[in-house]
Amino acid sequence: MGKNHPNVDDYVISRVRALESLLLEKGLLAPDAVDRVIRRYEASTGPMLGARAVARAWRDAAYRHRLLNDSTAALGDFGVTYDRLVVVENTPARHNVVVCTLCSCYPWDVMGLPPTWYKMPAYRSRAVSEPRQVLAEFGVIVPPEREIRVWDSSAELRYMVLPMAPAGAARLDEDALAAHITREALIGVAEVHLPDGAR
Amino acid sequence: MDGVHDLGGMHGFGPVEREENEPPFHGRWEAVVVAIEAATLAAGCYNIDEFRHGIERMDPAHYLGSSYFEHWLDGIARVLMEKGVVDAAELDTRTRLFQERPEAPLGAPPAGTGPAAGSRRRVLTSFRTPVASPRFAIGAAVTTRTMHPAGHTRLPRYARGKRGVIEAHRGFHVFPDTSAHGLGDQPQHVYSVRFEAHELWGEAAEPNQRIYIDLWESYLLAA
Repeated sequence: MGKNHPNVDDYVISRVRALESLLLEKGLLAPDAVDRVIRRYEASTGPMLGARAVARAWRDAAYRHRLLNDSTAALGDFGVTYDRLVVVENTPARHNVVVCTLCSCYPWDVMGLPPTWYKMPAYRSRAVSEPRQVLAEFGVIVPPEREIRVWDSSAELRYMVLPMAPAGAARLDEDALAAHITREALIGVAEVHLPDGAR
Repeated sequence: MDGVHDLGGMHGFGPVEREENEPPFHGRWEAVVVAIEAATLAAGCYNIDEFRHGIERMDPAHYLGSSYFEHWLDGIARVLMEKGVVDAAELDTRTRLFQERPEAPLGAPPAGTGPAAGSRRRVLTSFRTPVASPRFAIGAAVTTRTMHPAGHTRLPRYARGKRGVIEAHRGFHVFPDTSAHGLGDQPQHVYSVRFEAHELWGEAAEPNQRIYIDLWESYLLAA
């Protein structure tokens, strides 16, 4: 498990259960609230909506323009109301990466659950000061001539990276493309590659 | 506050450790914490800034030695006790009960109540209608304040007293520094401010790198 997951002792589990039971009794927690959370995130552990929006942007230049300039309207096409997403675009000249150094802000409604590493001190401390090194550890080599822009989500805006479209993207439909877009790519610590068979 | 949560630029945490095939939750308790946070926030037991400041006040050694959802548990419990929603003694007593009898029944909602608060929907947004014009124009040179407030702030330590440029206007938002302390929304304009890596990290900066931080107007001085 490593230091991402120090063994959770029975005190923590008991205290969570104690808080759950007290809030149930006080009418502050609905009896089905926990099941709804589990259903929601277990059904869609991936980057959900964000991946579909990116896949659509790769296939549709007008949608791409809207996603970059009016994300609220662009996400509205999926029936979602979310008014605070800033989408930043990777290009051959520029690579974007997102972090929250103060807590772990992340667009849950658009990208699902954040990965644990995103919330831990190693990433939060280093992403702002040595992003090129951190990206290299993730397998993304950004040469010095390619600019790195780091977005520290310190306010209530949330950030999503629009990765560069992989070779062969034009041959896949939106759903098939979205299946290859990871949350890591939308954070900016991975690129999107299609497996040979998918091209 | 200059707390342990303010991690940007710190050294010593080693490489980023990734978990292969990470499950959504590492146990039911994590999902319970997520559900409790959503329900109590939506019910207005506290606001998002009070929640964050609750986590920041964790014991520093505990913060670094515990998982993310333990941070949430600790912060939520602290704020609920401060607000009088949950009594410290009843929470301790109930915790001991479940330590002794993990399978003890959870209990039930109060009889005769309608849908629990957790199923109500409140629109939670930090956006407010502007009552002033933005002080800074896109492209303006600014310097961040040098400040060390004991309370909550969203100006990270690594970006204090630094020169930057206004990149974009992000709207008019609730001010966390007051909202976290029961001092009201006191909304302000928020800007995306661009910093050259060299301005923040000096000789240690990587080449060709910029950092963008969303900052409230009162964190900024005209340069």
